[in-house]
Order: sequence, then C-alpha cells, then structure tokens
Amino acid sequence: MSTGTSELTAAGGGFHFDEIELTLGLPGDSRERKCGRKRMFSEMVDLKLGSSENPETDESDCGCSESDSRKSPSKEQVIGWPPVRSYRKNTINNNCKYVKVAVDGAPYLRKVDLKSCTSYQQLLRVFDEMFSCFKIYNVLNEKKLMDHGNRLEHVPTYEDKDGDWMLVGDVPWKMFVESCKRIRLMKSSEAITQLGIYNAHLL
Amino acid sequence: MGFPEEVLEHVFSFITSHTDRNVVSLVCKSWYEIERWCRRRIFVGNCYAVSPAMMIRRFPEVRSVELKGKPHFADFNLVPDGWGGYFYPWICEMARAYPWLEEIKLKRMVVTDDNLELISKSFKNFKVLVLSSCEGFSTHGLAAIAANCRNLRELDLRESEVEDLSGHWLSHFPDSCTSLQSLNMSCLSSEVSFSALQRLIARSPNLKTLRLNRAVPLEKLSTLLRRAPQLVELGTGAYSAEIRPDVYANLTEAFSRCKEVKGLSGFWDVLPSYLPAIYSVCSRLTSLNLSYATIQSPDVTKIITQCPNLQSLSVLDYIEDTGLNALSLSCKDLRELRVFPSDPFVANANVSLTEQGLVAVSEGCSKLQSVLYFCRQMSNSALTTIAKNRPNLTCFRLCILEPRAPDYLTFEPLDVGFGAIVEHCKQLQRLSLSGLLTDRVFEYIGKWAKKLEMLSIAFAGDSDLGLHHVLSGCDSLRKLEIRDCPFGDKALLANVSKLETMRSLWMSSCSVSLGACKRLSQKMPRLNVEVIDEQGDLDSRPDNCHVEKLYIYRTVAGPRFDMPSFIRTMDQNPTYRS
Repeated sequence: MSTGTSELTAAGGGFHFDEIELTLGLPGDSRERKCGRKRMFSEMVDLKLGSSENPETDESDCGCSESDSRKSPSKEQVIGWPPVRSYRKNTINNNCKYVKVAVDGAPYLRKVDLKSCTSYQQLLRVFDEMFSCFKIYNVLNEKKLMDHGNRLEHVPTYEDKDGDWMLVGDVPWKMFVESCKRIRLMKSSEAITQLGIYNAHLL
Repeated sequence: MGFPEEVLEHVFSFITSHTDRNVVSLVCKSWYEIERWCRRRIFVGNCYAVSPAMMIRRFPEVRSVELKGKPHFADFNLVPDGWGGYFYPWICEMARAYPWLEEIKLKRMVVTDDNLELISKSFKNFKVLVLSSCEGFSTHGLAAIAANCRNLRELDLRESEVEDLSGHWLSHFPDSCTSLQSLNMSCLSSEVSFSALQRLIARSPNLKTLRLNRAVPLEKLSTLLRRAPQLVELGTGAYSAEIRPDVYANLTEAFSRCKEVKGLSGFWDVLPSYLPAIYSVCSRLTSLNLSYATIQSPDVTKIITQCPNLQSLSVLDYIEDTGLNALSLSCKDLRELRVFPSDPFVANANVSLTEQGLVAVSEGCSKLQSVLYFCRQMSNSALTTIAKNRPNLTCFRLCILEPRAPDYLTFEPLDVGFGAIVEHCKQLQRLSLSGLLTDRVFEYIGKWAKKLEMLSIAFAGDSDLGLHHVLSGCDSLRKLEIRDCPFGDKALLANVSKLETMRSLWMSSCSVSLGACKRLSQKMPRLNVEVIDEQGDLDSRPDNCHVEKLYIYRTVAGPRFDMPSFIRTMDQNPTYRS
C-alpha cells in the first residue's frame, strides 16, 4: 500500500471521532493561531481585484488545518506581503481543496484534493488507490468493488459545512466539493448504526 | 578611422547587446551617427525615462521596441490603479514613424484594445507581440491582432490581466496565417473554439511554443499534440479528466511522439493518475513549471527524478525537503529553482519545507545560479552553507513568510547569513531580503555586493545608516525597491547623485518626509521625484509629514503629465505648481 503522502495528525495518533470536536488548538501546540488572517488578507487583496467572494463563508481553506479556520485574526494585515502575484494567489487558492480522509482501522490520515476529481466515481477510485488494502463500498450502487465475504467494507461519509455527517453521493458533485470539510471511510457496521442506513441489503 | 560607413555598419550588426551598442555610440560623433541609423532593437527599461519622440528622433530605423512601465512592486498591489505606464503615446508615434516595425514587447504597461488594433493595422511586417503582466485590453484587441497581422510569429500574453469576453478571438486567425511559431494564451480563462485551435495548430508547421489555457480539457490535448509533434515548449491546460484508459493511452502515446519537447508548464488541477503520461518526455526536459500543480511530494519527486537534464524548475512547496533532496541528487544540471508557497497566508507550516531543502539543492546542484525560495524558517548557518556551496549564484531571492522572522535556531537577526551570501557570491546581480535584519546586513551589502543590480528590501533595518550603506557601496545598483523600513531623509539627501546612476528607487511606508522629496527634486533636475499619497491633498501637507510612497527615477523627458491626482512630481523649482 502506498504510504507516500500520509498526513499525520499533529497528535501523532489515530483519528478519533471526538477529535473533530471544536478545539482551540491542536494538542501540545501553544502558538497563537494566525490562520484566520488568511481570510482577512484575501479580503483586502480581493477587494482590489474586485472579487465578490464573501470572506465569511470562504471555507475552502485548502492546506489549512480545520481548527485553525475558526480562530479570528490576531495580526494586522499586510498588503502585498508575502510577495506573491495576484495571478498566482488566485490560481492556487481556487484550484485546490484538500480535505483529510480518515479510514477506520488505519493509523494515519491521507489528504485528497477534491478539485482534482470531476466526479464521485473518480473520488472513489482515488480512495481505492490510496487505501488499497481496504475495501471501499461504492455508494453509487455501481458494481461493488469487492464481494460480500468476510472482508471489511468501508462506507464513505463526510462532514459538511454544518458539521453534520453525511453519506457521500447524495448531492451533486459540485455541491459536495463545496460543502465537504473532511471525509471518513467508516466501517460498514458502524455506518448502519450511526447513519441509520435502512437499505442494509445494499451493504 | 578610415573605414567606410558600410564596413562599420556591418561590424556593428554583430553587436547586439544594448549596453555594448550604447558604448559604441559614445566613441565619437561619426560612430554615434552610424550606430543610430543601424540600431534595430531598442530597450527602454522605464517608459518615462525618455519620450517616444526622442527615441524616434535618435533611432529612425528601429524594428523592435521593448518597454517597461510600472515599478516591480506593482506585482504585489503596492502601486495604485491609475498610476500610469500607458502604451498609448508610444504606439501613436511609432505607428507614424516605424512602418517596418516587427516586434513590440511590453512589461507592466497599460494597453488598450484601440492600441492593439492600431498595432495590427500600422505595421505590415509585424511579427512579435509580447505582453507581460500588462492590463487594460480585452479579447477584442486580441481578435484584431489575430485578424490583421498577416505574418504573426509570436503572440505571448504571459501573466497579463485580460478582460476575457469570449474565446472567439482565436477564430479570427485567417486560414492563410501559417507563420505562427509561438502562442502563449495561458492567462486567459475563456474557452476557445477547439476546432479553430486545432486547425490553427495544424497549419502552423513552425509552431515551437504552445501554452494553452486552463480551459483546454485534458481529453483533447492528445489531439493537439498529434498535430504538433515538433513542439519544443508545451503548456498544458487543466490536467485532470475522468479516469479512462483510452484517454490515458492517447495522451501517453501523443507525448511519446513529441521528441522535441524540452519545456513543460501548465498543469492546473492535476490528477496524479495522469502524470505518468509525460514520463516519456522527461529525459529531454530542460525546463519544468509545476508551480500551479497542487500535487504532493511523492508525485513531484517521481517526475523530477526522471529529468536528469533539468535546468529550470518551478514548483510549489508541496515538493517539501524530501523532494528537494531528490532534486539535488537527480538534476545535476539545474541552474534555476523557484519554490512558491502553496498557502502563503497561513502562519503554521502546512508542508514540510524548510531551509534544509535549499541547502540540499545548493550542495548537489553545482550549476545553480538563480534561486527564488519561499519558506517559513531560515538560519544564519543555512545561509552561510548555501553561500559557501554556491559562490556562482547570480540571483538570490529569499522570502521568509513571516516579516522580521529571526534565525529560528538562535533568534538572532539574519544579517550574518545574508552577509555570507553577498561576500561569497561575487557575481550576485539580484537579491531579495527577508527576515529579521538590522543595519548590519546593509553594511555587508554595501561592502561586498559590488555587482548587485537589483535589491528588494522589506521590513528591515534600524536607521538611515542602512540605506546609506547601500547607496554608497553598491556600485552597480540600478533598481532599489524598499517597503516598510525605517529609512528617512538623511540617507537620500546624502546620496543624491547616486540616484541619477540608477534606473529607479521605490520606497513605500518608510520615513521620508515631503520636504526632503522637494529638496531632492530641486537638487536633481534630471530626476522625477514622484510622491504617491492616496490620503488626500498633498498641497496642504506640512513638509515634515511622511510620504506614503515615493518613486524616483532618472529621466531626460522631464516630469510626466499623465498622473492621477494622488501622484505629484515634486517641483524642480521652489514655487508651487497650480
């Protein structure tokens, strides 16, 4: 299994459901969060560029760990710093949306760029590649990626903007990309209880 | 000298560098005369340093004109809109005076659709248009160029801000146009007609450079490549598609046919699964721009380790130290490295890229000359190591993201580190500083950086002494740009004559007073001292107030008159202008 771009959580441990609760900082980290300043910066720069993006709802904080985005800016904004051209700033900010992907049973997380995929199918195939020793259930009800047998099946779920855990696949792809904050490939047994999936026969 | 004019002219035709031609023209009057009649290429580094009329009067037979407008800091939104840099007066005069003009290259200038139309209709033999970081025009202007320039060879819009009304402009290239050698439309967002693009490429047998825009889908790239196997430089469009074996196979096969490709760029929205399609060209690559590719270190590494002939690499900091280490081992011919920040506005590192990556490259790549590096931490020891490893550096631009960040190991200023850079790298022409720096670093720069031509300073220094060291010590200095430094009147007024040996000086958010600007202007009639103040009325300000922004440049054209109200040229004589 490819372990290339494993993204370790700062705590160095596994992913636990309660760790996604609101925190003011990652464990052991006492440095002041400055992540919120990103939005203020974009606001200052974007005003000049005529962007209509509302900084309050800008959640596509790619590269920014999720707890950071909740902190308010602590430093004064600086125009023109760092010296990155607007052309580049706009391109980089818009063209990627990395979200963490956790798999029940794996000791570390991965990150996937949702904007590099154009459909759910593609996303699931990416999961297949990333977590090839796990079997991912195809919620789109296409040909199953594995047989029933005794092997584990994982159901892709995601946390949306409102903090709710949803089953991947219900909403149009673009809407999903917009609202997805993180992904968890849940063990199917847990999925049935947690998400109340009635159509158990699909699993 | 008893040589006939024709002989001298023939000899001069081998002298192409601008500086050399300038020197030639100074030998004697007759050489001046001969030279000015046979000069074909003009470079004007500051469009306000000379007027179009003066240029035309002296050089009547020019075929190629290159102009630069706004100061470099305009790239970072420090120069307000409406500042200037209009191409209009130049094209008006050139249209009349240079009917045989073939090339126009502009950087950071304001160009309108009317200007473009005038170009397209005024020069029968027009061949090359390069608009680098320009603005003010739309795709309508491009349509005029496409439609009317019968012998167009090169159309390069690199990083310009174009009002993109539609992709229809490309369809204006007539079927008879077969001369295209270079097309760079990467900055445009609209989709062009694919069939028009395909046909244009198919009928351009000399097309060597093709930089597509993001809207050209990956599924169609192979179709284009098949029609242009002679390409040397390719910029892809978006590099992502549904994972389909046939698309992948076509792409791989198309790339494998491109035996001449030496440079790759583009790579927006990369889906890593499609990257292996380019592997067949990697061994020939000398230039690779992955700076828009949000791919992680392992994917970047897989590519670069297959590029042993790589000379120039641009990449995001996703490459991380591990990737840079791999680079240092695989790419022994590397001359230029540029590492851009993936998330510049986040304080905490989102990637594992530190000073170590740059140190590794400085160790492994003996030909490394040019560095642009964004990172979050640096140390004096790393800088000193880099300096000693690579005394052949000519360009060193380091940007530590946090202003005034000290040496992260010792918490000291980075004076010693940058001092080592200028001391060891005796051929250094360009330097950008960052991090915590005192006046001491400028002492080192003034002492050692004798070949330095361009210096960028931000959030550095303690006092005027810092600026004084630079102005008095850097013999080759041409361009100096400074922001947010405690430099004031003393250093400027003590080095007035230096300013006339330079192209320009930019200072913003420093401590220069309005009064000093006026005095400077009075002392130096051949400088334009322009004060930018968006707050309000400069006339009512006291002389001791600090100016917001200051741009000083030498000129033989006198003060300009195309400025908005918030920019004033300081008067050359004591009475106020109304």
